[in-house]
Amino acid sequence: MTQGILIAVIVLGVIGAIFAVVLYFVAQKFKVVEDPLIDEVAEVLPGANCGGCGKAGCRAFAEACVAQGNLDGLRCAPGGDAVAAKVAELLGCVTEAGEPQVAVVRCRPCNIGDKRRSNYDGMQSCAFAHSLYTGEGGCAFGCLGCGDCVKACLFGAITMDPDRGTPVVDEEKCTACGACVKACPRSVIELRNKGRKNRRVWVGCINKEKGADARKTCANACIGCGKCEKVCPVEAVHVNGNVAYIDHTKCIACRKCEAECPVGAIVDANFPAPVNKEKPAAPAALKPAAPAQETPVAEQPSTNNQN
Amino acid sequence: MKTFKMGGVHPEENKISSSAVIEQMPLPAQVVVLMNQHLGAPATPVVAKGDKVRVGQLIGEAQAFMCANVHSPVSGTVAKVDVCKDAFGFAKPAIYINVEGDDWVETVDRTPDIKRECNLEPQEIVAKLKEMGIVGLGGATFPAHIKYNVPEGKKAEYLIINAVECEPYLTSDHRVMMEHAEEICIGVSILRKALGVPNAYIGIENNKPEPIAVMTAMSKNFQGIIVEPLKVKYPQGAEKQLINAITGRKVPSGKLPIDVGCVVSNVGTAFAVYEAVQKNKPLIENILTVTGKKLPSQHNYQVRIGITYNDIIKHSIGELPENTGKVISGGPMMGKAVVNLDAPTTKGASSVLVMDESEARRAPETNCIRCGKCVNACPMGLEPYLFSSLVKNNRIEEAKIHNILDCIECGCCFFSCPANKPLTDEIRLGKNRVRAMMAAKK
Repeated sequence: MTQGILIAVIVLGVIGAIFAVVLYFVAQKFKVVEDPLIDEVAEVLPGANCGGCGKAGCRAFAEACVAQGNLDGLRCAPGGDAVAAKVAELLGCVTEAGEPQVAVVRCRPCNIGDKRRSNYDGMQSCAFAHSLYTGEGGCAFGCLGCGDCVKACLFGAITMDPDRGTPVVDEEKCTACGACVKACPRSVIELRNKGRKNRRVWVGCINKEKGADARKTCANACIGCGKCEKVCPVEAVHVNGNVAYIDHTKCIACRKCEAECPVGAIVDANFPAPVNKEKPAAPAALKPAAPAQETPVAEQPSTNNQN
Repeated sequence: MKTFKMGGVHPEENKISSSAVIEQMPLPAQVVVLMNQHLGAPATPVVAKGDKVRVGQLIGEAQAFMCANVHSPVSGTVAKVDVCKDAFGFAKPAIYINVEGDDWVETVDRTPDIKRECNLEPQEIVAKLKEMGIVGLGGATFPAHIKYNVPEGKKAEYLIINAVECEPYLTSDHRVMMEHAEEICIGVSILRKALGVPNAYIGIENNKPEPIAVMTAMSKNFQGIIVEPLKVKYPQGAEKQLINAITGRKVPSGKLPIDVGCVVSNVGTAFAVYEAVQKNKPLIENILTVTGKKLPSQHNYQVRIGITYNDIIKHSIGELPENTGKVISGGPMMGKAVVNLDAPTTKGASSVLVMDESEARRAPETNCIRCGKCVNACPMGLEPYLFSSLVKNNRIEEAKIHNILDCIECGCCFFSCPANKPLTDEIRLGKNRVRAMMAAKK
C-alpha cells in the first residue's frame, strides 16, 4: 500500500521534472521579446477599447506608439492632451497639444408630434431604417432617430431627446472617439473642434436638396442661399451641393453667418444668453407663413445645449 | 401533389379580390415616370421639357448593361425632367408628363384579335424584349432580355412560369390567368422558343381551382405547356422554392437558377411578352390589385405606370379609411409600406394593400426562447435566430460563413416567431453589412 503510493509519487515527480526541464528550454528558445514600454504605455491609456484611434484596442494603440517611437498621427481621443502628455513622457518625445474635439449633431429636430409623415414600427436601428425609407420626417439626409449613435457611445454621452427625435451630446462626457460618427448611416454626427471657451458654430443641416424642396421637407433645412458664405470674414463657410458647411478649423465663432441665415439653420453652443435674445425675432420676421412651426426653431439657439 | 421540401408557412390567404374583374384605370392629369423601375442602373431620359410624346414612345433609354427601356404610358407634353420622390421618399430621376388625349404610336397593334403565329428567331425575340423594356413582373423587376440571353456554357432545360401567387391578398395573377389565358400561353410559347426548351411548366397553387381549370384547358391547344398544380405553401412563389417544387432540383448557395438549367418567369411577364412580341406594345401597363379587409370594395386594375398611389386610391375607394395603419405595395409578407402616397407606381407594382391599424401593428418584441420555429420555417435552411444575435453584436464575418446571403427575405421566420422578434429586419441589415464588408475588401 505505502509502496504503491511511493511509486506513484516518484513516477509523477520524475515526469514533472522532465517536463519542467523541456519547457524551460522551449521557453528560452521561443521567447518573445516584448518592450516593457508597451505595458507602461497601455497602463496610462483609458482602457475603454473604444477603437476611436483606429486601432483594435488600447493595447494595439500602445504597441503602435512604441513601434513608432513618437505620437505623430496617433491620438487617443478619450484621453485627450493629458494622456498624450503622459505617453509622450514615456516615449521621450514631445507632443503638440491637439485641438479638443466634440461630436455635434448636424440635424435640427423636425420629427416632432404631428409633423411625422409615417409611423415606423420596424427594427429600432438607424442603419436598417435607412435602407428602407427616408425617415419619419421625410428627409432623406437627416437624423432617423432610432439611436444607433446612443448604442455606439461607450461613454454614455449621447441621449435621445424624445421631444425632438434627435440625439443630444453631453459635451462633458463626450471624448470625441468617433464611434457615433461611424455608427450613423447618414453622417449626421461630425467631430468638430470644441472652439475657444467651448463656443462653436455649425450648420445644423445636411440636406442636399434644392432650396425649395428642402424647405418642403423640413422647416429647419438649409436652403443653400449663400448669405452665410458672403458674410463670413474668414472664408470659413462654403455652400456645396445646396448646403452650407462651416470649416471648423477656420471659424472664429463671430456668428455673423448665424444672424444672416434666413432659415435659422446655423446653430451655436455655449454663447452667453443675452446676445442670443435678439435672434429669434430675425428669422420669425422673415417667415411669417408658418409661425407655429418656427417657434421651436427660433428658440433653440438660446437654450445653448444644441449639440 | 408537388411542393418544395424545406420549411415554409401557411399565412391566411385573404384572396378577397379574386372575383373582381380587371378594370381599366382612367388617366390622371399628370403622370410621373421614374427612370429606374427595374433592377440595375436607371434609364437615361431621351426627351426634354416641352416635347410631345405619344403612348408607347421611348422616353428612357437603357444605356447600362443591367437596365431596361422606359416608354411613355400616356400621350401629352413633357412638363419637366427632374427628380421625384419614390414610394419610400428617396429622390429618383423621373419624367413628368401632362396627359393630353390617348394617342398611341402607330406600331402598336391595338386590335383585340389574338395573334397566334410568331416567326421570330430566338435572338430576335430577346432583342424585342429589350426594345419593349420588359422586366420580370414577379417583384424583382429583373430585365427580361438579360434573363433570356442565356450565358455561354450554360443550358436551359426547364422554363418555369410562376403563377403561384403565394402572397396573401394578391390576385392580379389570378385575374390575368382567368381573362387572358390564351395570350399567356402564346407568351409562354414565345419564351419557350427563345430558350429552346422542350417544355414549359406553369406552377399554380391549388387554392386557385378556376385558373388551374382555365389554364389546363387552354394549354391543351399548345405544344409543350404543362400546368402543374402545387400544394399551398408560402413562399412557393420564390424562384428557388418553385424550382425545387417542380423539378426537385436545388439551386446551390450563391448560384443562379440557370446554373441548374432553369429559367423562371412570372405569369404576368408572359402576358407582357405576348403583348410586346405579338402586338408591339411596350411595358407601360400592369395589373394591380387594390385590396384590404376593411375596404368597401375590392378591385383589380390595369394601370398605366406613373399613376400615383393617391390617384389609384382616389379612383378605387375614394378615400383611405379613417384608421388606416399601412398602405403596402406588394403582399403583406414581402411588400414594403408606402411612405409617400404621392409617388408614382412602377412596372413592378403588384398591389395596393390597405391594412387597418390593428392588422398593421407589430406585436411587442420579447426575448428569444430558442424554440427553433424560425429554423423550421426557413425555406432556405438557415438559422434566423443565430443571425439575429450575430448581427446585433456586429459579428458580420460569422454571419457570412453561416450563409446569411442565401436569405430570400420571405419573412417566414418573423411570421413564425412566438417572441415577435424582427428576424427578417435583422437579417436584411446583416446582408447589407456583409455586402458592404465584401465591397470594402475588394
